[in-house]
Formats: sequence, C-alpha cells, structure tokens
Amino acid sequence: MDFDLNESQSLLQDSVRKSLTAKYGFENRKAYMASETGWSREMWAQYAELGLLGLPFSEDDGGFGGGPEETMLVAEQMGRHITLEPWFSTVVLGGGFLRHGADAALRAELVPEVASGGALMALAQVERQSRYDLFDVTTTAKKDGEGYAITGRKGMVLHGDTADWFVVSARVSGGQRDKGGIGLFLVSAKTPGVDVRGFRTVDGGRAAEVDFTNARAHAVLGEPEGGLGILDRVVDEAIAALAAEAVGAMEVVHNMTLDYMKTRQQFGKVIGTFQALQHRAADMLVALEQSRSMAFFATMAAQGSEPGERRRNMHAVKAQIGRSQRFVGQQSIQLHGGIAMTMEYGAGHYFKRLTVNEAMFGDTDHHLRALADAGGLVQAA
Amino acid sequence: MELRFTDAEAAFREEVRAFLAAELPEATRQHLISGKSPTKQMVVEWQKKLNAKGWAAPEWPVEHGGPGWSPAQKYIFREELQMWPAPSPLGFNINMCGPVVIQFGTPEQKARFLPRMLNLDDWWCQGFSEPGAGSDLAGLKTKAVLENGEWVINGQKTWTTLAQHADWIFVLARTDFAAKKQEGISFFLVDMKTPGITVRPIITIEGGHEVNEVFFDDVKVPADLLVGEVNKGWDCAKYLLGNERFGQARVGASRERIRRLKTIAKDTMDGGRPLIEDPEFRRQVTEMEVELKALEMTVMRVIANETKRAGTGKPDPTTSVLKIKGTEIQQGVSELLMKAAGPYAWVDGDPDAEGTNEWDVAPDWAFGLAGIYFNWRKQSIYGGSNEIQRNIMAKAFLGL
Repeated sequence: MDFDLNESQSLLQDSVRKSLTAKYGFENRKAYMASETGWSREMWAQYAELGLLGLPFSEDDGGFGGGPEETMLVAEQMGRHITLEPWFSTVVLGGGFLRHGADAALRAELVPEVASGGALMALAQVERQSRYDLFDVTTTAKKDGEGYAITGRKGMVLHGDTADWFVVSARVSGGQRDKGGIGLFLVSAKTPGVDVRGFRTVDGGRAAEVDFTNARAHAVLGEPEGGLGILDRVVDEAIAALAAEAVGAMEVVHNMTLDYMKTRQQFGKVIGTFQALQHRAADMLVALEQSRSMAFFATMAAQGSEPGERRRNMHAVKAQIGRSQRFVGQQSIQLHGGIAMTMEYGAGHYFKRLTVNEAMFGDTDHHLRALADAGGLVQAA
Repeated sequence: MELRFTDAEAAFREEVRAFLAAELPEATRQHLISGKSPTKQMVVEWQKKLNAKGWAAPEWPVEHGGPGWSPAQKYIFREELQMWPAPSPLGFNINMCGPVVIQFGTPEQKARFLPRMLNLDDWWCQGFSEPGAGSDLAGLKTKAVLENGEWVINGQKTWTTLAQHADWIFVLARTDFAAKKQEGISFFLVDMKTPGITVRPIITIEGGHEVNEVFFDDVKVPADLLVGEVNKGWDCAKYLLGNERFGQARVGASRERIRRLKTIAKDTMDGGRPLIEDPEFRRQVTEMEVELKALEMTVMRVIANETKRAGTGKPDPTTSVLKIKGTEIQQGVSELLMKAAGPYAWVDGDPDAEGTNEWDVAPDWAFGLAGIYFNWRKQSIYGGSNEIQRNIMAKAFLGL
C-alpha cells in the first residue's frame, strides 16, 4: 500500500495544476461557458500539449501510456476547476471504448486523432426509458451489407453537440431489457441520418439529443452482439474518474466554505467560531476524507478482472461518494448563507457540478439498490 | 502509488490465519461470534499464546518485544483477529500504558513492567476519567502530594473499565495546584493491592459489569512509579489518547458483525420471507457496508502516513475520522442486529454472562443483542466523544 505519487505522476499533477490555476479561474470559466461551444478550444489545445488527451492510450498506439492512477490525478484536477471541456467524454469514455473495443486498425486510425485534439467523442447511451440501466436499449442496429445501420433516439449525450464521433449502444437482437444482443457502434457525426440537437446542462456543460435514422456505423466495437461487457467495463472506469472529479470539487468547495467562515462576521464575531457551524464543517471533512479513500479504492477496483465483483465495488463507490458529495454540496451552500445562492459566487457552481456528477451513470439510490440486490460486499457466513 | 497489498503481505495474512486456526480455542471463537465480550481467562490465555509467538504487542519497538512489523502487517494482524474473531491484545497493557512507559518511562520501569504487560502477568486498567472530568479531562481533581519521599493520592476515578480484573492502574493526578490545568498533572503507576484503593462496580444499562468507580484514600505510591517528569503527565495522556483513537476504527470487527448480521437475516423470517430479502432492511445493511469500505481505505491511508509522520509528533487529521466513522458504523450495525432479533431481542440479562439463556426462552443467536446495542452507545462517548472529535477537527485541521 502506497498512496504517494511517483516522480512522473507528480510531474503530471503539477503541470495540470499549473495550467488550470493559470487559465481556469472563475472569470475564465464564465467566459468559456458563454462561448459558442461552451468550452475553450484554447484549453483543449493545451490539454493536448500536456498529453492529457492521449493519457490512457498505450505508447504503441500513439498515447501517453498512463494508467488508472494517472486518469485519477487528472480527473481530480479537472474537478477542482469544474472544467467544461469534453475531456471526460472524449478521453475517459471514448478512450475507454477505443482501448477495450477497437481493433489495431481502428486504434491506429483514431488514437492519434484523439491524442492531438483533432477528434472529439461522445457516448450515446441514455434513452427515454432506460434511466440508469445500460442494458435497456431500444435503438436498433440492422445488418446492412458489410456493416450496420443505426436507428433510434439517444438522450443526454454529454458533449454530443460538438462530438465528431458517437459510440452508440444499439440492439442487434433480443428484447428491450435483454443483456445479450447489444452492440457498440462507432458512428461519425457527419454520417447522413445523424441529427444532433444541442442544449445546455444545469452544471454549465453541454449535451445533445441525437436521432439516428439508418445511420451507417463506421465500425463495431467488440462483438456485434456482445457489447455490454465492454460498456460495463468502460463505465466502471469512468465511475472511478467521476469519483476523483467529485473529490476535487468537494475539496475546493469545502475550503471555500472554511475561508468564508473565517471572514464573515455576525453578532460581532466570525461565524467560524460558532460550534454548530464548526461541527457541520467537521462533518463535511469526514465526508470528504471518506470519499477520498473511496476514490483510491475506485481506481484500484475498476481494474478488477472479475466483472461481478468489479460492479459491486463500483456500486459501493457511487453510493458512498454520492451521499458525501450531496452532503458537502448542500452544506457548503448552507454554511455560506445567501451569498452562495448567487451566480456571481463560486460555491453554487460547484454544488451544481456535484449534483450532476452524483447522478451520472446512476445516482446513490440506484447503486445502493443494485449493490443490495447483488448481495453487498460482505458475505454471510 | 501502489494500491494493493504485496504478495508478502498476503502471505503474512495467511500466516496469521493459520496461527488463529491452530491456536485459538474454538469455544472462545464461538463465544465471540455470539457477540459476548471475552472472559478474563480467555483474554489471559490468548495473550500468553500471542506472547509466546512474539505477537503480543504489534506496535511496540523490537527491543521491547514488538515483532517489528510494517504498518501494513500491523493492520492485517489487527483486522484478522477482529474478523476471526479472536480477542485482541489487551488494550490497557499493549496500546495504552505500554507505549507510555516505552516513550516516557525510566529503564527500571521498562524492565519491571513491560515484560509482565506483554505476558499479561499484570492486568492494567486506566484511571483517567472522574465524575467532574469527562470530555474535559484536564479538569481532574484527584491529587497526589509528595510526603516523605512517597506520593499520597486522594480522589476518585470513574468509568474504570475492567478494574475488577486489574492488578495495576495508571493514574492521572494533579501535582501542582497553582499551575494552568494541563500543566499540573502527573502520570502514576499504582498497584491495585495498595491499601486505600476501593473498587465499586457500576452496572451499565444493559446489566453488565464492565466499568467501575475507583476510590483513592491516602494511597501511598513510591516515588519511582511516577512516569516521565513531574507535572508533565498531560504529555503522556495526550500520547496515550492518540494511540487509543487509532484503534477505534475496528474495521475487521464491523465486518465480522455484518457477516453475522447477514447470516442471521438469512435465517430469520419477516413478512413470510427471509429478512435479508426485505429491501428496506437490506438497504440499511448495504449503507453500512459502503461506509465501512471507505473507512477501510481511510485506515490504509492513515497507516501509509504513519511511517512518514513518525517522529514529527503531528496527529493525522484522519484519526478523528476513524473515531467518528468507526463508532457510527459499529453502533449502526449493533442496532441492525437488535432489529433482526425482533421481539426476541427483549429477553433481559447481562449479554456477557454465561448460560443466561438456559431456560430456552429465545433463540440462542438472539440472546443479548439488545444488550450489546445498549452497551455500544458508549462508543461515541468514550475515547474523546464524537463531539470532542469534531472540536479537534475544527481547531486543528480546519483552522476555525
């Protein structure tokens, strides 16, 4: 057990930290958010330069050769600045599908593009009825000559409005909630039959509703009827990144709250001297430290080779961090008072990001139930 | 960053398990699985076996009889004992008084007491709390006055756990009555057979005799049984309490209790089906498991930090997290165990007493579960109450 960073990890962390500290202050972020794409192309180019876009790919494929620990470090920094760029969609999700589902030829085609910042990716998975079940799929993939044609509507496609490529879950065979018969298809945004309607999300991000109408897939990721295993695996890795992002955001908003408690005066003293508020802040630290522990666990557990155990562990991660981040987010608003209710103040933006992060790939209730149904973590004697 | 145990550490875990399988009497194990505290005899026999193996004091330096384990090995050992379950090394000797003697004691004190602590030839108890000094421990009033080369102690201690078994007591007493309250305290080692010591049982709400009042009436203590410097006993107390908090996470113990809970809930019917199939009950159990997993990782982080912080004297902010979360989980699980027993939780009696269910009025497994629930409310009170922990966090780590 060693939680320390090695030299290259420290360098990576430092470089991301420096870059974001310099260029991702509150006012910078506001400007990026107000731009046409809702995020910064300049920052994107900088991420490419820092190696963040090729981070998880092997050096043979043209990547940086980073592992889950490196992804965790970067995700935490992204969370500290609640960044808006499609790093999570493109590198964590898209990159995960390329690593686990693409053959060598496809990787040779796309990894250098992704790593240089030229290709943006998005996961098109959610449907109106699916809620958080990855296997609940009505979108269809029909054999069309050598390839597949995709038809169906996908919702809440994060960064779908700017994506060049969609990874689409679609049904090749079986009923709506069958776990078999689901394929993952790579579809170009430029393909005829792809209709994208972009919108803003509550946390300052962008997403799209995407209609696929006989849209030809560029490639199949994995087996055409065996995509669910890859989807589960990529989502589990993504949950580990979301955990780290949540920890970064929680830490910042907690510190922001502490700073405010040390300066805001009422009744002739700083409010941080009131024990009721001190204990709340201490409870926030408990939640934060437990979440930090869980983010380490997530990074380790997401590499698990036994899918059942890996899923159970990731349910636990989402449930624990979900509860903590809701508590820390809500209390950071409460302890500030009215000021944190305003758009001009940072805390609310962190709260909103934490709220969306909690529900990504399943909220606390979903994962607690799923873990309970799967027998929990401790086995009966 | 390496977030896994090494092969050597995994092998060590197997070694501990093999030792437990070979050496711990099955009757002791079953006694503990039922939720009872170990008897004095069980603790003494087990401590002697651990000592014979060289494992009696995981935290002690090698020159005083410690095994020289890494932080990870200490963790594995502690968790495996709790999960088996087996009695832990006696805390008063090994985690409280022993480390203070090692850190602050004279060579004569070390030679005289440490080997007997290891082998549990002497059972120690803790004379800290007083009726007027609980969370505000430094407000203690028991006093020690030097007369003719001997200290004479007068006063009253309370909540003295297992004083009825004890041969010796370590005592905080005031030795300077003018100084600020933390600065006039000294740390003494006192033979329980000394004339003037009276032990009176306190029966706690579940009916058990675990704690006592200890009265000191002109108790004469030789001058060489003061530890460290006169009026510097608060340093010893702080050092000891720091060690105490570290052990309060009790991750293995909670895992063992959850395993027990699930086993019981599998065989207990509720609404015509096993209780474990009730979604609401199952969710409550799962919430405990999830927090416990996070706590386990928090303990790992504290352990990893322990080596680095050694010698800096700085406490780790996460030790208060261990106390708060560890006790919340233990209390939560004890509540679920009582709930699982339903109406059969109501049979009265000391949960630690032998044969109390001899009339067969409830299933054996259910007996005493309410008593444990009642008893375990103490956990968020002792060792620096959970509110005191929050005060510590606010001041020391949050800068409030």
